Amino acid sequence: MKFSEKWLRSWVNPKLTSVELSEQLSMAGLEVDGIEPVAEDFSGVVVGEVVKCWQHPNADKLQVTEVNVGADEPATIVCGAPNCRAGLKVAVATVGAVLPGDFKIKKAKLRGEPSHGMLCSAAELGLSDDHDGISELPSDAPIGMDYREYLELNDHILDVDLTPNRADCLSIRGIAREVGVLNRLPVVELEIQPVAAQTDAQKQIKLSAPAACPRYLGRVIQNVNVSATSPLWLQERLRRSGIRSIDPVVDITNYVLLELGHPMHAFDLDKLTGDIDVRMAAQGEKLRLLDGEEVTLDDDVLVIADSEKPLAMAGIFGGEGSGVTQETKHVFLESAFFAPAAIAGRARRFGLHTDASHRYERGVDSELQHQAMERATQLLLEICGGEAGPVVEAKSAEHLPQAAKVSLRHQRLNQVIGMEFARDEVTEILTRLGFAVEVTASGWDVVAPSFRFDIAIEEDLIEEVARVYGYHRIQAAAPAAQLRMISRQESKTDTARLKSLLIDRGYQEAITYSFVDPKHQAAMFDDIAALTLPHPISVEMSSMRVSLWPGLANAVAYNQKRQQPSLAFFETGLRFLPQDDAENGVLQQAVIGGIRAGKVRKEHWSDEDRAVDFYDIKGDVEALLAATGSLSEYRFVADEHSALHPGQSAAIFRSGKRVGYVGALHPKLDKVLGLNGRTFVFELELDAITTRQLPSATAVSKYPSIRRDLAVVLDQQIAAGEVLAAIEKIGVNHLVDLNLFDVYQGTGVAEGQRSLALSLTLQHPERTLEEQEVNASVKTVVDTLIAEFGATLRE
Amino acid sequence: MDLNDIVSAAEAAIAEATTPQELDQVRVEYMGKKGRLTEQLKNLGKLDPSERPAAGQAINEAKQKVQQLINARNDELKQAQLAQKLAAETIDVSLPGRSPAVGGLHPVSQTIARIQAFFGDLGFKVEEGPEVEDDFHNFDALNIPANHPARADHDTFYFTPQTMLRTQTSGVQIRTMEQQQPPLRIISPGRVYRNDYDQTHTPMFHQVEGLMVDTDVSFTQLKGILEDFLVNFFEEKLEVRFRPSYFPFTEPSAEVDVRRKDGQWLEVLGCGMVHPNVLKAVGIDAEKYTGFAFGMGVERLTMLRYGVNDLRAFFENDVRFLKQFN
Repeated sequence: MKFSEKWLRSWVNPKLTSVELSEQLSMAGLEVDGIEPVAEDFSGVVVGEVVKCWQHPNADKLQVTEVNVGADEPATIVCGAPNCRAGLKVAVATVGAVLPGDFKIKKAKLRGEPSHGMLCSAAELGLSDDHDGISELPSDAPIGMDYREYLELNDHILDVDLTPNRADCLSIRGIAREVGVLNRLPVVELEIQPVAAQTDAQKQIKLSAPAACPRYLGRVIQNVNVSATSPLWLQERLRRSGIRSIDPVVDITNYVLLELGHPMHAFDLDKLTGDIDVRMAAQGEKLRLLDGEEVTLDDDVLVIADSEKPLAMAGIFGGEGSGVTQETKHVFLESAFFAPAAIAGRARRFGLHTDASHRYERGVDSELQHQAMERATQLLLEICGGEAGPVVEAKSAEHLPQAAKVSLRHQRLNQVIGMEFARDEVTEILTRLGFAVEVTASGWDVVAPSFRFDIAIEEDLIEEVARVYGYHRIQAAAPAAQLRMISRQESKTDTARLKSLLIDRGYQEAITYSFVDPKHQAAMFDDIAALTLPHPISVEMSSMRVSLWPGLANAVAYNQKRQQPSLAFFETGLRFLPQDDAENGVLQQAVIGGIRAGKVRKEHWSDEDRAVDFYDIKGDVEALLAATGSLSEYRFVADEHSALHPGQSAAIFRSGKRVGYVGALHPKLDKVLGLNGRTFVFELELDAITTRQLPSATAVSKYPSIRRDLAVVLDQQIAAGEVLAAIEKIGVNHLVDLNLFDVYQGTGVAEGQRSLALSLTLQHPERTLEEQEVNASVKTVVDTLIAEFGATLRE
Repeated sequence: MDLNDIVSAAEAAIAEATTPQELDQVRVEYMGKKGRLTEQLKNLGKLDPSERPAAGQAINEAKQKVQQLINARNDELKQAQLAQKLAAETIDVSLPGRSPAVGGLHPVSQTIARIQAFFGDLGFKVEEGPEVEDDFHNFDALNIPANHPARADHDTFYFTPQTMLRTQTSGVQIRTMEQQQPPLRIISPGRVYRNDYDQTHTPMFHQVEGLMVDTDVSFTQLKGILEDFLVNFFEEKLEVRFRPSYFPFTEPSAEVDVRRKDGQWLEVLGCGMVHPNVLKAVGIDAEKYTGFAFGMGVERLTMLRYGVNDLRAFFENDVRFLKQFN
């Protein structure tokens, strides 16, 4: 909420500077977001009157004026504004004036005519963006008076960001009350005298939904001059609260809203038929709002209706058909209490947010309707004239909020805050806040005033006491707790370990958005219907990722466009797989994914400069799997995937369950993803690689190991992995290591065949192996390879 | 020839030898079976027996001396040879070494790791939860019923009226309290989402929330632990202030500001005493137990800590940006 500091100080005026006052409000929970001067710095500007005005002899668009600025002689000033005319009261920058931007006014000649000053527009004084000619001041503006003084421009606009619980402060009176409490100062109360009825004109009011609207006041005011102008002071106070002056009726309802915190509404009496009925809308009922939009109402929306039609969405927005216009002669003023529960959420449902709905959904003082009505009537009669009818009140006492009686236990207060509060001080604070306080044996029984509708439970009072006492006065203490160890499962690999491993292998951690471009995702995963955000930031950020790959590919593309030759990223996070039986219909699975593109590493003076390939990224994956201590449980099996190159992709299995993929991104994706060159990716379910095998130690053999190398030639279609798996499956006696150390195709090996060179390392735990034992083991291997794969030994 | 002359000649020959081979030739020439000193011994028999011991001793001494000279020269030559070999193996040690590039952790992860470490030392356990949440865990159980004005402030990404991307990690507190009874000390880091995108907002960011529930948890302790945290996080004694605020799930509530170098206060944390309605929603006795909760924006803390100016840089993943944190 924005408001004029001067206006606030007319209610309560503590001996604090603007900055100190802001600080005090912030520290009481009314956070001051901004404090700005009402007007920029300028001086030497006074109220003047254009006495004479004639065409400039040498310029079509200029006029020469004589302006009375209260000096002995009128000033001659050249002016280019089209609205400049004799008799006009204007803001005059006299010779010697300094305008915003350190613009000094000097004696000058314009096209040959002397000009001793300048007639100013609001924009030139930094008051608004309005460049449409010079400011026109009311005819009663005193000539010669300093303009800053005249408009009370030595003022600040305070912007208070109020939390939803403090709707009682959404008005000058509310803030003033708070300032009064904090400074122990009395707050000036408005003298609001009831305006006696001058006519009998009135409307009957029916409360058909008394729980939603337990009190409704209406008043007819006839013969109102809607074309009157709101006085400058009122316009200025509105302006300083960020509200534009529209017409006097709207201005007055807005003014009361700002001053007292009570929303009002004015109807054009002639457009109302029969009595007023405050009722729930019929389902599907239509209402055209003041902004011209037609809305279809639900039956939980409260409306103000006449005997024929809904007129307004209660407490939210007026209707077009019943609003005050330039033609309005008689108005019907509304001052009502609507229950927050009946208003909350409705405005948002219709995409609306108004000053009225903002207040009603947070709460309005249920005892304020008469004051607001009288205040608005008084201002309306003052500004627009007219004759007021009697105030008609409809109320349902049983549905009006009851003052909450809340008990505060002294011991509980001390316990929650963690310090000893003095009884008298607490009594004093509660009393100061306007509560009716009764001191009891255990603490206090408190009744909140009607404007503190946020007070309902003991904690509300604890907060109030702590807040007014001052958070800064509350000590800090170290928490105390019983020492209890937190379980640490050694069989769980910490994700941090996996991250470090990849980092040490050259990967940079990326954090990409969880929502990705549906075009990218669909191109990669044409078989998954991803979860879609109905209201995304943009279409490109609307599809919940089903894999980390779209985001990682995007990161690579982004960096390739910035000349980065060698890229490796990893990310950990959730992927979102729609699944009916999962909580909220989506399986949210923690995964770790990686991507590599470009050079395998930075060019090095002694190393081969080459592009990354499948085996580089597979090595990274193997390193991750090795961290589980059971690499042998994993298998890489050639498998197709919609996002991967059909000849360079492998599914990764752990004990028969597929836990991830590794491969080259399918080249067909390069264009849609904006990638350059071959890109390799992997993704693994974190759960599948964080379960770690606990070590189980065996003694290291003291006896020599024996290595035998053999080269076997077999069909090139046979996967090396199968060959190794077959050997491991045999359970070769005393085999302690099996390594594939060469793959060869070419001279000496028939077309369509390839040679795999294997080393077998054999060792006995308790003795040196005999030659024939070794030979027998090697023979088992060779026989198996011949039998299973049709291999031949290469000599 | 005089024995002394032989020794002198040998000495000269030894000094002249420049390789072990040459030196060996010298050894053979003087000390070999037919060597000149060996020959001298053979001539002993021609001497008068009374002269033999003295002459024999002189010859042996000469042999010893020559052998010593040879050994010494041999060591010298080996040293020289080794030195030469090593000299030939000299490389340019200033050339860059061979090693894979080392990457790094994202700065947001680094901050989360630091926060976890500080609270982990105090026995706060890390808990995580789903990011697609239901309105019970994201709102209702946190004392934000339907139509509460605070819901409007959250700019929620809804999938349906009941499911959404979580707007805060507080749902993890609820999930934890549903499972466990106090005493509780947890910390929950993670991604949260708000439908807002400009210079100071990204639609996804990270929060770390903490919760402690026990029999005597108080606001003074909340102040204590957070002041302690901020001073340790920033590694300087900075000014911290607690300012009353409002969150539906805590009461009393506070926002915590730190004083920047330019004198301005900057909000870094929200916190408060757990609202009794929240404890009741998960079946914890709000009379017996009290608790505090706090939440912090990881990106903001990271920006302050490392001088990052543009929030959006965190999610562009420009390696030139990220590498600065390696």
